[in-house]
Amino acid sequence: MERKIELPIDEAAARELRMGDILYVTGTIFTARDEAHLRMLEEHDAGRPLPFDPSRMALFHCGPVMAEADSGWRVVAAGPTTSIRMELFEDRFLEAFRTRIIIGKGGMADKTQSALERVGGVYAHYTGGAGALAAERIERVEGVYWLDQLGMPEAVWIFAVKDFGPLLVTMDSVGGNLYGELDEKISANLNEVLARIEG
Amino acid sequence: MESKTVKAALVDALRTAATVLPEDVVSALVRARERESSPLGAAQLDAILENVKIARNGSIPMCQDTGIQTFFVAAGVKSPFLGEISGWLTGAVIEATAEIPLRPNTVNPFTGENPGDNTGAFMPYINWELVDGSDIDITVFPKGGGSENMSALYMLPPGVGLKGIKKKIVEHIVAAGGKPCPPTIVGVGIGGGADIAMKLGKRAVLREIGSRHPEAEIARLEEELLELINATGVGPMGVGGETTSLAVHIEYAYRHPASLPLGILVQCWADRRARVRLMADGAIEVS
Repeated sequence: MERKIELPIDEAAARELRMGDILYVTGTIFTARDEAHLRMLEEHDAGRPLPFDPSRMALFHCGPVMAEADSGWRVVAAGPTTSIRMELFEDRFLEAFRTRIIIGKGGMADKTQSALERVGGVYAHYTGGAGALAAERIERVEGVYWLDQLGMPEAVWIFAVKDFGPLLVTMDSVGGNLYGELDEKISANLNEVLARIEG
Repeated sequence: MESKTVKAALVDALRTAATVLPEDVVSALVRARERESSPLGAAQLDAILENVKIARNGSIPMCQDTGIQTFFVAAGVKSPFLGEISGWLTGAVIEATAEIPLRPNTVNPFTGENPGDNTGAFMPYINWELVDGSDIDITVFPKGGGSENMSALYMLPPGVGLKGIKKKIVEHIVAAGGKPCPPTIVGVGIGGGADIAMKLGKRAVLREIGSRHPEAEIARLEEELLELINATGVGPMGVGGETTSLAVHIEYAYRHPASLPLGILVQCWADRRARVRLMADGAIEVS
């Protein structure tokens, strides 16, 4: 079902979201790719508080194109990046920061799935490469962290968004996993195709 | 010859490539949307088409990954500008990065240092080909990282034959799933050698959708492979559906008897390209 989500959401609300739901998110989101994940975990492990509160925001796997204007930063394009790279540390990240919605593309694997079940959260797929569409739904740039050290694509950008979507929930907190279901169907199709090639 | 004029034309071409999806790709996406029976797949195609429109109307990069700036240069040996091209291309990339803007994507593989202007060792990358005549034909081809990561080289034992090639291609595209941002264009390079198969595969990606290999048998193979790939149901963005790939293009070279190199080059839906032709008298065309 289609749902309008106002961030922040708590654990109970996140646990109501289901695979197949289409979300439009309004509120604050932050971008984090490989380096930003590592950096945030480093801060967490050292017991240093972050300058922003990731538990109140959605996590967006994204390395945006930004432009600096007189009035501050402007988003040029900001579609999702491939999420599976973050599988290495996403479970620890969710445990540490309690982010309820992950937005990315391509889905993630078992470690993240179990962390979503433990912590109470979902993974939502956003159309890959839809950078201009995403930029249109970002209303304001609220901040940026570690820009000097990590560079534009890897820095943490904080965005105020309105009706950010469509985001398709593909992994939920009760074990729902669209990729698992699809994989079964696709491997059956693949076997048929291979048999056809064999003739 | 005013280097400023050529550089401006090249910046224009870089902007066109980043912001305007070529017509053949748009039409292929529209046809894919028309025949898509999976609502999830259809929603992905709708988002892509809306995104393409926003990008074109606003002259905004259609994807935040504006790619590694790659050029294919067919250089007429009688052109008076052969010595200048490389410098002009680098200059244009630096200017385009600041102006359009493009995401600064080039990173030192050892230190992680990012110069911020899309240059660096071998960057932008130029594929040279010398041809007859006095024109220089430059194809601008920004290549995104997500789909490039799904490209691969297989050194197959020649005994697997054509069946083995077909199987490997379909298996490879299924394993890539949603990661290369399907619907994709699959460039296949067969034969030559390891580097040659990859290079041919990339050239195959550059062909317009709807074009067919001049040899009828290869053309038929392209169509058959497209049909086989789409029968797997990976679908747009890997969420399931009718169209996993928009086209399969094959190029081949003769091979060593002991080797059967197979290069699979995967291009995301954002199949961006633009062309600049520079004539001997200094006239320039951008398309």
